[in-house]
Amino acid sequence: MSAIDFLLIILQMLLVVGLSPLIVGVIRRVKAHQQCRYGASVFQPYSDLAKLFRKEPVISTTASWIFPATPYILFSSTLAASLLVPTIIAPMPLNFAGNIIALVYLLALGTFFLMLAGLDAGSAFGGMGSSREAIVASLTEPALILSLFALALTAGSANISAIVYKTAILQGIVLDPPPHLMALVALFIISLAETGRVPVDNPATHLELTMIHEAMILEYSGRYLALVEWAAGMKLMIFLTLLANIFAPWGIATTLSPSALGLGLVVFVGKVVGLAVVVGVFECMFAKLRLFRVTELLGAAFILSLLALVFFYILRV
Amino acid sequence: MTILLFLALLLAYACGMVLPLCFPGRPHIQNVIAHGSAAVAGGLGIVLGLVGLFASEPLVWFLPSSIPLLTFSLRLDSLSAFFVLTISLVGLAVSVFASGYVREFYGRIPVSLLGFLYNGFILSMLLVVTADNAFFFLIVWELMSLLSYFLVVSEHEKPDVRFAGLFYLIMTHVGTAFILMTFLMFYQETGSFAFESFRNADQSLPEGLRTLVFWTALIGFGTKAGIVPLHVWLPYAHPAAPSHVSALMSGVMIKTAIYGLLRMYFDFLGGPFPWWWGFVVLLVGTVSAVLGVMYALMEHDLKSLLAFHSVENIGIILMGIGTGMVFYAYDLPHLAALGIIAGLYHTLNHAVFKALLFMGAGSLLYATHTRNMEEYGGLLRRMPWTGLFFLIGAISISALPPTNGFVSEWLVFQGLFLSLELPSLFLKLMLPIAGALLALTGALALACFVKAFGISFLALPRSSHARKALEVPVPMRVGMGFLAGLCLVLGLGPAVVVPLLDRVSEPFVGISIAGRVFEMGGWTLAPVSGEFSSLSTPVLAIVLAGLTGLGWGLAYVLGGKGKTRFYKTWGCGLNVTARMEYTATGFVQPIKRVFSTIYQPTVKLETEFLEESHYFAKRRHFEFSIEPIFLKYLYHPILEFFSTLADRSRVIQGGNLSLYLAYIFGTLVFLLMVMG
Repeated sequence: MSAIDFLLIILQMLLVVGLSPLIVGVIRRVKAHQQCRYGASVFQPYSDLAKLFRKEPVISTTASWIFPATPYILFSSTLAASLLVPTIIAPMPLNFAGNIIALVYLLALGTFFLMLAGLDAGSAFGGMGSSREAIVASLTEPALILSLFALALTAGSANISAIVYKTAILQGIVLDPPPHLMALVALFIISLAETGRVPVDNPATHLELTMIHEAMILEYSGRYLALVEWAAGMKLMIFLTLLANIFAPWGIATTLSPSALGLGLVVFVGKVVGLAVVVGVFECMFAKLRLFRVTELLGAAFILSLLALVFFYILRV
Repeated sequence: MTILLFLALLLAYACGMVLPLCFPGRPHIQNVIAHGSAAVAGGLGIVLGLVGLFASEPLVWFLPSSIPLLTFSLRLDSLSAFFVLTISLVGLAVSVFASGYVREFYGRIPVSLLGFLYNGFILSMLLVVTADNAFFFLIVWELMSLLSYFLVVSEHEKPDVRFAGLFYLIMTHVGTAFILMTFLMFYQETGSFAFESFRNADQSLPEGLRTLVFWTALIGFGTKAGIVPLHVWLPYAHPAAPSHVSALMSGVMIKTAIYGLLRMYFDFLGGPFPWWWGFVVLLVGTVSAVLGVMYALMEHDLKSLLAFHSVENIGIILMGIGTGMVFYAYDLPHLAALGIIAGLYHTLNHAVFKALLFMGAGSLLYATHTRNMEEYGGLLRRMPWTGLFFLIGAISISALPPTNGFVSEWLVFQGLFLSLELPSLFLKLMLPIAGALLALTGALALACFVKAFGISFLALPRSSHARKALEVPVPMRVGMGFLAGLCLVLGLGPAVVVPLLDRVSEPFVGISIAGRVFEMGGWTLAPVSGEFSSLSTPVLAIVLAGLTGLGWGLAYVLGGKGKTRFYKTWGCGLNVTARMEYTATGFVQPIKRVFSTIYQPTVKLETEFLEESHYFAKRRHFEFSIEPIFLKYLYHPILEFFSTLADRSRVIQGGNLSLYLAYIFGTLVFLLMVMG
């Protein structure tokens, strides 16, 4: 691995770590705007994180070492997953380390520990969150893999960088519009479910009747909460990046020239912020679904991915 | 040289079987000798397996017998060597574990007898995978079944153990009957019981017979493997056995059926076969995987839960092999090799982590004397080592990176995704759907092991058993630690494992792919081409470790050293007690509800109210069960049929001796007339 590859990885890390609180801030601001509130600045999440890192954390006397270890594992597995997803340049230098399956299972590693941590403190809230997360995760995973595979077919590769790269070069969405659009809708629904957004979960609530992700992390405080929140932001960013770069990879750098990279950076930030606005608007337009209605939504995502697959083959024949 | 190794192996097991019998009334000495020799034999078996894998020619030993058609011939080719290696690896770890675990039985069960059966059981498994004569194979297969039956009923004073044993005995013999039928069909065609002649018979078998052999072998070996719907005995028998035996049964005994299927389909029927064979195997695998994990979720007896996961993992193995068979039928040998390697890799991995998890369950049983998860809780603090090893096993079986379960499931996924190279549209659609179902299986397995680990090891103890639990003795920890380490090594080292497995698949598919699945000097696993997809678990592990450090550094830089306060969990003003914790039943309730079509749950809730008011309950009784669909709709009708038949035929039983003599006479006359 050359020095440039190494620099690119560092750059990617800085981008994901640095930009993800902004995305959260943008969504919150858009929601506030829609609800006729003024809302906090888009940079508020940075201040929140800084404050949380300085605060004294409280750990339950019931909890084992799983509880304090989980935020670090969650942070590293999410960040590792983000290194597989190209942001401003394709292919990514770490492209070889894993494909779509590795991405999905790296994210699952974090979820696994988070679910354990939810059970660790012994309160019923945490267990409730873990239990609900278990069913949502079980239903999103097959749909996620199938939708990503439908996209992989068009590109002839299951490596995410290669999918983005080939779509950028071949203009995949123009080549095969129906399967691409279906997979897009499916992936959008899955993204909302995976990142705990309305209509699957509500990130702004602490009501035991509705919360999923927030219930799991209820016992966290201080720097542990900061890491968990940051990881949640990065996960959101991974999915927005996937949506942006798989379906509209235009502008992404395919060479190493500084001008291409600069353009890539500007376009990327624009795309992700734009998608964050869409998510914010979407959150205000829909009510949260009951937990047992979520299955229908995710079932629809699964069927759409399946149709994308069928259409891909039928249109090719 | 290898014959000496093999004889030493036999001798070690024989010592383990016989020597403990010479020390009656000294359970400790019996224990050390029995499990010590088994461990030594395990070590020798690992060497033998490696020698067999690297040998250029199959090693053959031959001993004639006075019985016609029977020869004691053994053959160690790469397939056999792989299974010898797997059995011995697990055997070694389990033997070390058992030397601690068996102390539990001192004074209750004769340890010498247990040691005799245990050593004999491992030996019979080794002979099953090396036998080279159908007659001999059937003898050792039957020996394996019977010895494991006796081990299952070790605690025969319990009625449910006796029931489990009987159920197992019947089912395993149904399986053996089908295997016998398979061999008889070969015998009819070739006139010999030697596997050598079966091997040459592939082309001479008529088409219809080949199809019949396919089905009988699938049913016969499938019963042993525990494929759905022949799996019903498995969740009864495996938990009933002593835990170290459960580890062997779930870890390796059911794999002998995988051996049998591979031997049958690729070695004996090795010609080109129709694509639907592979599809049937894939279908059976997918159904077993999904239903296995779904039933596992509803189990709160830790050992039954693990037994159902064996059904799931056998399913995943068959998915790999089935994919390989489909590709083989379409003459895509490099992809066929990929499917077989994925299946074999998962065979090895499942043996390692399932034995580990069963030993973990055994440790919990040893420490708490209960198998009910709802009575565990908070054990990670009391049993830190067992907890850590169980966690590693749980991560591996949930197929999370960078452990071994992830690598083999990743390979199975690649095989399914490469269906785009197939010419048939039907299969092009079916294989990715199987992939999606594999993803569902993976996600549900993850949920199940969050439950298994979280409810057992985290939060507050839920019973006095768990409160008083102590860490298990050192030998038990060593046995688990060895396999936990192996989970990580096998996860990080596909560069070493895949070429070994390639030696197994090469004779069957005709080409070696070891040279073309690696890029970057072995760091990256890239089936077919790095262009299509690639994986590097070592790099992922390094990245994960580095980023964990980064997260820690970030917290340090942004937050300073800081103090941490420890305080009890907020319970809305009350002290949190174990009764407020989420239970295993509660944890899976959403899953039960979403998949209620499969579970068909029945819930019974009886409430007794106070006389004064209907708002206050005096007593609540909650009962919940799921419908055992296969028992109800498949097995009970069959049983019903046979018991009715038996009832009907009772009329000819007069109980009078002269009547029976008349029957004999009648039969004789009838036979003479027919034959004459």
